[in-house]
Amino acid sequence: MYRYDEIDQAVVDQRVAQFRDQVSRRLSGELSEDEFKPLRLMNGLYLQLHAYMLRVAIPYGTLSAVQMRKLADIARRYDKGYAHFTTRQNLQYNWPKLEDTPDLLAELASVEMHAIQTSGNCIRNVTTDQFAGVAADEIDDPRVYAEVIRQWSTFHPEFSFLPRKFKIALTGAPHDRAAIKVHDIGLIVRRDDAGNLGFEVVVGGGQGRTPMIGKTIREFLPKAYLLSYLEAIMRVYNQYGRRDNMYKARIKILVHEIGAEKFAQEVEAEWEQIRHTATDIPPEEEARVRSFFSAPAYRRFDGTDAGFAAKKLEDRAFALWVRTNVVAHKQPGYAIANISLKPVGKPPGDATADQMDAVADLAEQFSFSEIRVTHEQNLVLPDVAEADLYALWQRLRDHGLATPNIGLISDIIACPGLDYCALANARSIPIAQQLSERFSDLDRQHDLGELRLKISGCINACGHHHVGHIGILGVDRKGEEYYQITLGGAADEDAAVGEIVGPAVASDELTDAIENIITTYVGLRQNGERFIDTYRRVGRAPFKERLYDAG
Amino acid sequence: MTLVRDREVITSPWPTAEIDGEVPILSLDDWNVRRDELRGGNAPLGIRLASDQGADTVADDVDRFSVIELEFPTFKDGRAYSTARLLRERHGFRGELRAVGNVLRDQLSFMHRCGFNAFEVDGEDAADQLRLALRELGAWYQWTGDGRPTAARLRRSGQTERVQG
Ligand code: SF4
Repeated sequence: MYRYDEIDQAVVDQRVAQFRDQVSRRLSGELSEDEFKPLRLMNGLYLQLHAYMLRVAIPYGTLSAVQMRKLADIARRYDKGYAHFTTRQNLQYNWPKLEDTPDLLAELASVEMHAIQTSGNCIRNVTTDQFAGVAADEIDDPRVYAEVIRQWSTFHPEFSFLPRKFKIALTGAPHDRAAIKVHDIGLIVRRDDAGNLGFEVVVGGGQGRTPMIGKTIREFLPKAYLLSYLEAIMRVYNQYGRRDNMYKARIKILVHEIGAEKFAQEVEAEWEQIRHTATDIPPEEEARVRSFFSAPAYRRFDGTDAGFAAKKLEDRAFALWVRTNVVAHKQPGYAIANISLKPVGKPPGDATADQMDAVADLAEQFSFSEIRVTHEQNLVLPDVAEADLYALWQRLRDHGLATPNIGLISDIIACPGLDYCALANARSIPIAQQLSERFSDLDRQHDLGELRLKISGCINACGHHHVGHIGILGVDRKGEEYYQITLGGAADEDAAVGEIVGPAVASDELTDAIENIITTYVGLRQNGERFIDTYRRVGRAPFKERLYDAG
Repeated sequence: MTLVRDREVITSPWPTAEIDGEVPILSLDDWNVRRDELRGGNAPLGIRLASDQGADTVADDVDRFSVIELEFPTFKDGRAYSTARLLRERHGFRGELRAVGNVLRDQLSFMHRCGFNAFEVDGEDAADQLRLALRELGAWYQWTGDGRPTAARLRRSGQTERVQG
């Protein structure tokens, strides 16, 4: 993992001091709420329906056991004993007091963490593949570049007041687990014909009220030019992005209005001017950052562990968990273990302080003290020996963390919705709870296979409903909570925006409507194909026909 | 409104000349009308650019101006940060670059790094505000034309302890 040096530490410490001063100016009345708002938003502090919410950055979703323990400690001391992991690999505390927030940020700084740029119209926390560095299909480790981007984007003097917030995601593997095509900038690590490393650059993806799949503006950018090229994109956007209407201010609208080709020309022309300045980092700085991500001291194993294979045969519950929650690792004898934060009937992405402590302990014992957060609001232990999986699973089960549902229908993404969010039209969390209860039967879930169900409480789409195989969007119908259903969305390398199947349904009809969709799929699927494959083959019509059938 | 210049506070990275008295400030429209008449003169002259009037609008004329004012109609409109860098780094403007409009204390350090060296701010204590703002952040990751060492450069030369937390 990356560790701060004196410079990195100074930046976050200075920020805490600055914010402490701003909060005291607010508490003394020197600053009005209007004047304070832009300042607190630069530190991830939102005013929600009932209280302040603080969003903590987890850069590219990577945490150490020590950091996780600190997050648990903060949840106990400054919140109500739990925290919420978000779809941007961040963490939110829903109940901090304003006067406590400077101390809370100081606690974070003591473990090399912060809340910088988790809100506001700036470059937000960069996200990447949760399996970075351990995925079997990886070309290069995206964390190296994510850290370089984290530093470059932190307090960028030119790009802290953009037309709108700005999100960058990258993947080091061809199979995209970071949803890069629905980000303002998406980067895919590629090799050119000569074997050199670089990036395919995708721009203008996004969700919200105008969902768009990003367009490739450069097939191959040599890696040495990453920052100057990003800077060129940002400069074009900062100057020409729309500022007259906040709904049209994201870069996707600019790319759409002037066309990807013209946008690419503007970027290339700007880049020509700056590619030889000192904007890019020197190779020794890349090497320095890379050195933090070298592989841990793996034990040597020959082939698959015999005990592991035997346990799978003996213990069906364990085998089920392995099937969905364990993923191939690039190191022989090791595995990636996913920890579901989606137990039946609980808010997706919530973890109690005790659970967070347990995960920290297990990471120390089984996974070289490292933890990842996924954009699906789950956790990952990236480096577990197969021989340890059974012991790990038993311990996870003790803490209610062994739900075997990764990628299944109950592994729901949901935004906070009307329970917390001031912008919401409708509740999301109770809908997720209802659905996970309806589909709680594990055999049925495993039979249905991969199914991405995503729920947003309003068109801002924080719950990624546009790219759910099944998407649910909360809408307001004369003060009543209604839900619009979309089908066929996807967030991976075959990214697509889902299509609306019909008029919105009331909250008490929603679960039955989803049941009808599932029944339709089961009737139509061939040779065990996934829901999304069936949908792509047969289209919307058969689902639409049966959507409102009485159960 | 108080006009405060960085050389009253710290040494400027931009070696600009002292400005004696008031300099007449034209709008871009005025300048475009009177350009032929004024281009050749050498009486001190300034221009004010709105936030949608980018650096290109005066690219060929920067050497004629002692002062360029860039407007922030609201603190959220960040276009002038790019305009400032382009004027300094691409077009070689060496005069006084002034931030005017909705200029907030908490943005001064960003503006300064982009090349602004004069600020029209509210309040009697404007110079103190600027002094504080410029001290708040002592370490930077990004290169700009202001000549300050980036984190990568300090690391290369083993000078990371120069940064004070
Ligand atoms: S999608 Fe809407 S309701 Fe949900 S968190 Fe985002 S803004 Fe709030």
